[in-house]
Amino acid sequence: MSLQDYTVTRSSQAARVAAVLGALALIVLVCAPWWAGRADMRLMGELFLYLALASLWNLMAGYAGLVSVGQQAFVGFGGYVLFALTMFGGLHPLAAIGLAGLLGALVSMPVAVLIFRLRGAYFAIGTWVIAEVFRLGFAQISALGGGSGSSLPVAIVKSLASKRAMRESISYWLALGAAVLVVGCVYLFLRSRKGLALTAIRDNELAAASLGIDIWRAKFTVYVVTSALTAMIGALIFLQKLRISPDAAFSVNDWTAFVIFIVVIGGIGTIEGPIIGTLVFFALRETLADLGTIYLIVLGLVAIVMMLRAPKGIWGLVRSRFDLQLFPLGYRVIAPKPEKEA
Amino acid sequence: MDWLNAIVQGTLLGGLYVLFAAGLSLIFGVMRLVNIAHGDLIVLGAYLGLTVTTTVGLHPLAALVIVVPAMGLIGYALQRGLLNQTLGDDLLPPLLVTFGLSVILQNGLLELYTADPQKMDAGALETASVTVGGLTLGVLPLLTFGFAVAVIWGLQWTFYRTGLGRAFRAVSDNQDIAQLMGLNRRHIFGLAMALALAVTAIAGILLGIRTSFDPSIGGGRLIFGFEAVIIGGLGNLWGTLAGGVILGVAQTLGAKIDPGWQILSGHLAFLIILAIRPNGLFPRIAA
Repeated sequence: MSLQDYTVTRSSQAARVAAVLGALALIVLVCAPWWAGRADMRLMGELFLYLALASLWNLMAGYAGLVSVGQQAFVGFGGYVLFALTMFGGLHPLAAIGLAGLLGALVSMPVAVLIFRLRGAYFAIGTWVIAEVFRLGFAQISALGGGSGSSLPVAIVKSLASKRAMRESISYWLALGAAVLVVGCVYLFLRSRKGLALTAIRDNELAAASLGIDIWRAKFTVYVVTSALTAMIGALIFLQKLRISPDAAFSVNDWTAFVIFIVVIGGIGTIEGPIIGTLVFFALRETLADLGTIYLIVLGLVAIVMMLRAPKGIWGLVRSRFDLQLFPLGYRVIAPKPEKEA
Repeated sequence: MDWLNAIVQGTLLGGLYVLFAAGLSLIFGVMRLVNIAHGDLIVLGAYLGLTVTTTVGLHPLAALVIVVPAMGLIGYALQRGLLNQTLGDDLLPPLLVTFGLSVILQNGLLELYTADPQKMDAGALETASVTVGGLTLGVLPLLTFGFAVAVIWGLQWTFYRTGLGRAFRAVSDNQDIAQLMGLNRRHIFGLAMALALAVTAIAGILLGIRTSFDPSIGGGRLIFGFEAVIIGGLGNLWGTLAGGVILGVAQTLGAKIDPGWQILSGHLAFLIILAIRPNGLFPRIAA
């Protein structure tokens, strides 16, 4: 056996099967308006938006080491930008969603410069302060309803599509598209040169720096991109809700606590984790939500136990047993089949 | 005179924020732990005080005699039973576990005490005031500030003048060598958390006498405490006192300009100081 007999590959049987099944599932999901009821579509739309938020948070916390508890800043920012641009700028909602992303990126830059001065857990609370500043700031704008918020005028809602069924289909497809876009972007980003740098930073910051990786810049890029996409998701969320108020837009429970649970339960630092976590979270919510506060206590307990007993989440447990990777990121060396020799 | 009054009242308000911050500062100094549930523990202290005053009929300040040791015990149990398992090089476990704890505490309190705002009745103390040189000062805010200075002084004394403080400083400097010298760091960490939550109990009760509270306000209290710690500089207890006062003054000055700006101007003051002096005004440990 010489060295040439070994092959290095990224893909695997499991990844190819997953890709085919994923494509089939996607086709079925795109067709949902023809087979699913109105309530199911709303639920799935919400699920996709949570999946997108979770994948973004996972990219920041799981890969770039930026544990934020203040992503609601950008969810709410995106929502408010959508309302402001459509109500006062006369923009089409879709254009406003795109602009929300752009403005989110612009706003996140000075924010990043400021809070990157804080490390670790202090960074986390710093992001929360930023979110509070956003919440209190938007509550001061009386044109947007101040502290009590405002509703999206009917004319703007109708500009999306005049028929209700069509509107619901469009908003479902937007949510599905957002989830696919975000997961796809994260996957492609992590496969790129920058993604490799990011993985190196995740594994060992000091070693990564000594190999010439500009850590501050890598983290800055991730923070800005994540914030822009989070703002777009926020705009989509409030396009579905049709009503916005500072407390709902900048809710730490809705847009950060749940997202963190999803990522921790599914498996932090993997692409598959947030997908599994979202499914588990919605399954729990649909079965236990009637319990109200007890449900949230259970969620907290599950997250703590998961963090202590299985810090890599459900996907980590699966992977430690089966060596699976549905989104092939790493390379593996395949040894040649041992030949029978005399 | 109005502005002077705002500054003095802000300083006294800062006393409360110092009490929010002291526990955070202490546990960060000893074990580099940032407790996201800290604000909810303050609220827990307030509710324990409420239960003691309503069932036993004690004055809220007398209830401190029961609530402070109770919170201390909770702190020791919490640290040894749960939080010690999260300590290590990885940053995520302590952060996410205390975040989960925060959700549990908040909803547990909601289940037990409902979402109705509560307040502790401290009788005449709530409205009593003294006039000093033309300024009218509330007795309760003065008392709060007195508690804050006493707590900071007491922690400082414990840190630098007692055997326990020496143990705290030893595990803070190097856990492994402290362990070799015969200190059980798990126990020391437990004691540090007990002390931190004892201070938190004082903060909770004074909060509960001053304003109404409900289970959801923990996050806001955590942020105030955190801002005071960062403004003052990490690991510096007297710095934390200064940080709390600066935050309180920024808030009352903001409120003077426009009542809607009170909390916002506190946050802005924090961000400005972060921009100019990233390590706070009087740093002792690098973040």
